[in-house]
Amino acid sequence: MPRSYGNANCPYFWSTCGHTVFQEPSLYTVKAVFILDNDGNRLLSKYYDKELYPSMKEQKNFEKNVFNKTHKADTDEIAFVEGMTIVYKCSIDLFFYVVGSSQENELMLMAVLNCLFESLGQILRKNVERRCLLDNLDGVFLVVDEIIDGGVILESDPQQVIQKVNYRADENPLSEQSVAQIMQSAKEQIKWSILK
Amino acid sequence: MIKKFDKKDEESGSGSNPFQHLEKSAVLQEARIFNETPINPRRCLHILTKIIYLLNQGEHFGTMEATEAFFAMTRLFQSNDQTLRRMCYLTIKEMANISEDVIIVTSSLTKDMTGKEDVYRGPAIRALCRITDTTMLQAIERYMKQAIVDKVPSVSSSALVSSLHMVKMSYDVVKRWVNEAQEAASSDNIMVQYHALGLLYHLRKNDRLAVSKMLNKFTKSGLKSPFAYCMLIRIASKLLEETEAGHDSPLFDFIESCLRNKHEMVVYEAASAIVHMPNCTARELAPAVSVLQLFCSSPKAALRYAAVRTLNKVAMKHPSAVTACNLDLENLITDSNRSIATLAITTLLKTGSESSVDRLMKQISSFVSEISDEFKVVVVQAISALCQKYPRKHSVMMNFLSNMLRDDGGFEYKRAIVDCIISIIEENPESKETGLAHLCEFIEDCEHTVLATKILHLLGKEGPRTPSPSKYIRFIFNRVVLESEAVRAAAVSALAKFGAQNDDLLPSVLVLMQRCMMDSDDEVRDRATFYMNVLQQKQKALNAAYIFNGENTHCAPSLNLRALVELTQKPFDMKSVPLANTPITEQKTEFAPVATSKLPEKPGPTRQDIYQEQLAAIPEFQGLGSLFKTSEAVQLTEAETEYVVRCVKHTFARHMVFQFDCTNTLNDQLLQKVMVQMEPSEAYEVLHYVPAANLPYSQPGSCYSLVRLPEDDPTAVSCTFSCTLKYLVKDCDPNTGEPDDDGYDDEYVLEDLEVTVADHIQKVLKPNFAAAWDEVGDDFEKEETFALASVRTLDEAVGNIISFLGMQPCERSDKVPENKNSHILFLAGVFRGGHDVLVRSRLALADGVTMQVTVRSSDETVVDIILASVG
Repeated sequence: MPRSYGNANCPYFWSTCGHTVFQEPSLYTVKAVFILDNDGNRLLSKYYDKELYPSMKEQKNFEKNVFNKTHKADTDEIAFVEGMTIVYKCSIDLFFYVVGSSQENELMLMAVLNCLFESLGQILRKNVERRCLLDNLDGVFLVVDEIIDGGVILESDPQQVIQKVNYRADENPLSEQSVAQIMQSAKEQIKWSILK
Repeated sequence: MIKKFDKKDEESGSGSNPFQHLEKSAVLQEARIFNETPINPRRCLHILTKIIYLLNQGEHFGTMEATEAFFAMTRLFQSNDQTLRRMCYLTIKEMANISEDVIIVTSSLTKDMTGKEDVYRGPAIRALCRITDTTMLQAIERYMKQAIVDKVPSVSSSALVSSLHMVKMSYDVVKRWVNEAQEAASSDNIMVQYHALGLLYHLRKNDRLAVSKMLNKFTKSGLKSPFAYCMLIRIASKLLEETEAGHDSPLFDFIESCLRNKHEMVVYEAASAIVHMPNCTARELAPAVSVLQLFCSSPKAALRYAAVRTLNKVAMKHPSAVTACNLDLENLITDSNRSIATLAITTLLKTGSESSVDRLMKQISSFVSEISDEFKVVVVQAISALCQKYPRKHSVMMNFLSNMLRDDGGFEYKRAIVDCIISIIEENPESKETGLAHLCEFIEDCEHTVLATKILHLLGKEGPRTPSPSKYIRFIFNRVVLESEAVRAAAVSALAKFGAQNDDLLPSVLVLMQRCMMDSDDEVRDRATFYMNVLQQKQKALNAAYIFNGENTHCAPSLNLRALVELTQKPFDMKSVPLANTPITEQKTEFAPVATSKLPEKPGPTRQDIYQEQLAAIPEFQGLGSLFKTSEAVQLTEAETEYVVRCVKHTFARHMVFQFDCTNTLNDQLLQKVMVQMEPSEAYEVLHYVPAANLPYSQPGSCYSLVRLPEDDPTAVSCTFSCTLKYLVKDCDPNTGEPDDDGYDDEYVLEDLEVTVADHIQKVLKPNFAAAWDEVGDDFEKEETFALASVRTLDEAVGNIISFLGMQPCERSDKVPENKNSHILFLAGVFRGGHDVLVRSRLALADGVTMQVTVRSSDETVVDIILASVG
């Protein structure tokens, strides 16, 4: 008697191989989005599926797990963790993640990630790094809100997102910044360019 | 100009986070400046950002403080700063569930949603719908309808998506917006198209005809949005599956045509849909596989991943379809993304030839430590499948598995490996010793109790029968010294099995057992005492009954064991032992259902208990004794007839109860006094009918018949009953279900019901068949030879015998090794009344199959019955 491979040993991955589990057609594509810094700390995160990690503790555990599995291999852009498909991207000291179910079309998730990344690149004027992101956190919240609404992809074109958010990054003239601050940010920039 | 952040940020060290040390109370304090006039947009914006940041970090806001902040925030609507207004919308959404009375912003939001500023309108709609409930939805319905068809795409999209969110809550209201959504679907904007399609589908998904019409329309007109195409493909493949339409359906053509779409996303979605379709032939798969093959060499990791993951799925069912991609997959095994490399290798393992196995295994072992547990399990499963395909490769696999077992990993992963090793041992007798040695090494340092006990159990079962059993004793006794109670108890049981089967080891086992009797845990001590006493008797029959085939007692609570110990302890001189035997045997038959419930095909261990309880509640069935066996349900009608009847046979010591589960599928009839009249062909006597009083439309009901088994002729185990359903029909109104007063009698002929020998036998698994065989002894042994002319293969013969006798195959003898001309099948069971029955059937394949059946039982009649029914 042939033994089926899709046994119950692995609770999630192979549940997709039988045709019994059929994906209900739906617009709810994105399960979660989060941005972590290079220590794995949460800077922003949104969970759209109430049943997936309902408590804050579970969410943070998940983020930690994802971070541990992905931060070393920053050339990759896709991973499979805890039964979820995760596409990600890193920029200097930031990690961007988009999470979908194991049956989800990976390219759709990728479209969301790319849109998020490019939109942020524009509003942060290419300085997609932690400090700059935190200085413009309001703009970041608005961008995420324009791209995904409750798990549905609202917009996938970065130009459209920028236009809708209409956000101007903080333009402190140089004279406003203290010398120490400039030195600090220069030091960090150099440090990261060496570390990379 | 106001500095955006506080001074302390500048002072803190490198990589500082301006939000790191935020205090909730301080932020809420700051929020008071919302009330200042004039409003300072920059500062307010910054405070709102802080609040949202805190919520995002999981900070808990009490209802009071949240409400206070929320109300303060509402003042900010007076400012015309765009970003500030947008942040207010975000705050409203974030606080919708924490703050009270959020509906006070309804009018502000409604104003923004219908205002002139297009930038505000979309976000305002989304915020408004977030705080709106069913009752208030009516009030804004007019605006929503307008917004859905608005010419500004962001407004229309926002309205559509918000409507979708509200379908769950207010289906009836949103349903009225179908025409607007339909209009939006023909919009030029790709996102609006996508959202409209999604909403339309959700509103219509329960109406298959409407879905089909919608699909028809959109597949013809063509859409611009790749997202919408993906959605259409999913809807189409779902519909295909539901209607079980063939692959010549236009829907299938549509999906196939999407393989030529210019967007990779759509192409992949279509390929994936085809691959997941049931009953796809190789020809239909081919185009999908070839696009996936192209994706394998894409520079985008996500696309390669998607492609190889899908190919991996294809390889499970149609390995030959994927062979064409072997070259591309070979290139992926060195992919820098380990997930892709793993999937490529496991796919190749399924499609490749035996000669490539060594190379692939070497490749994968070079990076197995770098991949996540989920993928390690995938690898183990691929290996497990491979071992079945190429049994000769077991030494390579075993080596690989033992290395994996030494690595770090979670429980799921370790369990997969252990299961895989165990299945290899069971399939290949040559691999037994190496496999057991690896497992022994593993339990030396195993943190998972479940796995340790499982392995100890296996050692006890297989170890004594290896050429040098003594080497396992050390590993087992180490467990007794070092582990938790559950493991210690399992180790004691395993030790006893060695002592029982190997005379030269017995003295040392007894010494070890003596030490276990000093254990601090009750269960361990009890087991040790019990086994010690049994072993000291040095009687083969006792050993067989209580040690190797005593599995049944293992799953029973320890209470039973203790009862057994008490029973055996007192009268422990040689003569009295057989006396103690009788009550214990009875107990054992009671456990029989527990043992059989381990079989996967039984729905659950409690099924028989449930029936027992149901039957006990019927007064006519009192005094029948305990339920011996419940058969699987048999259909007595064709599917989709007026009345659907299935029968479950319950066997008791001297009676049988037939339970007829009837369903009335006519909505204009009410049936009353429903019963099944039975006419037996043999000396069976129908004692009672218990009718079902009422059988309304589509509510299943049961009626019963009680039959006495013929006592004067115990060999009459099989019988055919002709069955007729009899009832009183009352016509009724299909809508209200109100029946007429008058009815008329009617009947409906059912198919014949067979009682066979299998209904009288309960399956029992004897892990050590030889010992059980000796234990029953040859007092009542009979042997006969039969020729099965119509059977062509040994597999078929084995299957037939098992299903005919309804007994449990032991020692995995239900699997016939390939390319053999002879086979021995071992079957065990308990006959109605509690007599053990064992059957050894030697099969030889010549022209047809010749079968020599040897039956042993503790009762002569039972032997005769079995032989008579086979013949």
